[in-house]
Amino acid sequence: MVAVTPETGQDRALADAFEAAVAADERVEPRDWMPEEYRASLVRQMAQHAHSEIIGMQPEANWITRAPSLRRKAILMAKVQDEAGHGLYLYSAAETLGTSRDELLDKLHAGRQKYSSIFNYPTLTWADVGAIGWLVDGAAITNQVPLCRTSYGPYARAMVRICKEESFHQRQGYELLLALSQGTEAQHAMAQDAVDRWWWPSLMMFGPPDDESAHSAQSMAWRIKRHSNDELRQRFVDIAVPQAETLGLTLPDPDIKWNEERGHYDFGAIDWAEFWDVLKGNGPCNEQRLSQRRRAHEEGAWVREAAAAHAEKQAQAHVQHEEARV
Amino acid sequence: MTATETTHATPAGPSAVPAAALALGDDALVLSHRLGEWAGHAPVLEEEVALANIALDLLGQARVLLSMAGDEDELAFLREERSFRNLQLVEQPNGDFAHTIARQLYFSLYQHLLWTELAAGQGPFAPLAAKAVKETAYHVDHAVQWTVRLGDGTEESTRRMRAGLDALWKYTGEMFRPVEGVDVDGAALEQRWLAELDDVLSRARLDPPEGPRTGAWRAGAGREGLHTEPFGRMLAEMQHLHRSHPGASW
Repeated sequence: MVAVTPETGQDRALADAFEAAVAADERVEPRDWMPEEYRASLVRQMAQHAHSEIIGMQPEANWITRAPSLRRKAILMAKVQDEAGHGLYLYSAAETLGTSRDELLDKLHAGRQKYSSIFNYPTLTWADVGAIGWLVDGAAITNQVPLCRTSYGPYARAMVRICKEESFHQRQGYELLLALSQGTEAQHAMAQDAVDRWWWPSLMMFGPPDDESAHSAQSMAWRIKRHSNDELRQRFVDIAVPQAETLGLTLPDPDIKWNEERGHYDFGAIDWAEFWDVLKGNGPCNEQRLSQRRRAHEEGAWVREAAAAHAEKQAQAHVQHEEARV
Repeated sequence: MTATETTHATPAGPSAVPAAALALGDDALVLSHRLGEWAGHAPVLEEEVALANIALDLLGQARVLLSMAGDEDELAFLREERSFRNLQLVEQPNGDFAHTIARQLYFSLYQHLLWTELAAGQGPFAPLAAKAVKETAYHVDHAVQWTVRLGDGTEESTRRMRAGLDALWKYTGEMFRPVEGVDVDGAALEQRWLAELDDVLSRARLDPPEGPRTGAWRAGAGREGLHTEPFGRMLAEMQHLHRSHPGASW
């Protein structure tokens, strides 16, 4: 990658051209000039997204070995596999900005980069797999569909592929919950309990209210982000409320009510103290998730070293072979 | 390496098909489960994808095979340990990555030879085998590549790969014993397996394991429903939710 950096604050022409291109909805590509803050902001967002995919494997993988039918087991395994795949696309997309996967993983393991706080909640029953699909993936899609038009090309293209798979995940979650809701009394209760626990954390996935969001305004101007947190949250609630009715499950918010005037559902106040607390590391599973990730990485170190050592030997053998031919 | 005594299995009679489907289906089901335990624990992201891929292929094969023998979920979730017909090899715990690769190498080489043979025949497993042989070719490729990388990698990886191959060696003889209804020549299969294994190990700069290939106790008894201790715990985890809700559908 050829990085062209203007003399700080002096080469206005490049900066102006960049701003104009973004404002005209043109895609920024890896070799284009871009402000360092734009690059840093993208790396931060893409890394957080990639980390969320791989940490997000854990709560669901927790149920692979206990899935109650072979069909459900196959669907769940495929879903967790997709998440690993999404992690791969996103780390690769971040590499186009000059940051390696290893570097980003080190930051995750050191607690210097974040992942979505939703994965710091535990999956206590099988119905949680359904609630994650319906609500968590549903919220993720609401967030991510606009990212298919985000200003940075490689990120936007990765998102197109990811969104297709996410919508399959959301449907399987909904269908899993429907089967439980219409099943035995115990199954119905399991589904209701899961929805009760996952509803509010799902609303928090859209991030703090617009007036408290640290990165929002600049990201909107650069068209990395295209809608505000509150806008997306409302969109999600409007979709989820009628779906809950069809599922035959209730949402744990007595204030949910259709507002004719706004043309949206009203909903109750979110407990932001909980959000900030989980974000700070005090959620039920923060330590568990990060330590499993670190352990997998550390225990895998000898495997990665062996692969590198073998590749090195092969390369040397190839060179010797070529030399012998000359 | 010498071949253990094997005989040509009898061709499938009508009642032999469900029993044979159960044996082959249980192999795929149990190994798929073990590989599923890796999710979220793999040494590198690419292996999360690869191991899940193999687990999914095997689960797909298991579902076809178990459905030839009865209801797939009843068979998977409601049988007792002593009724499972899988090889003891596939139920062995994952161990470290080298241990898992050793298990994959032994089993995939065998399964690939088996599907190739069955795909060429006219028996009841030919249609499944024709599809599965392609999947298993990838499983072999994955296991071979890692065996070579680990065997000829670092000092530590060589030691671990050798340990994995040695530990599982005693479970490999069982694969070539006759299974009623599976129309293959076990002795011929075993000769090819030994030759292919030899080739891989020499590429990996590893010596072939030594010692008996029949286990210390009731060699090859998985097919008769005798399993090893870790298997009961695996089934307890796999079956508990299904069994906790009798008659429920999911």
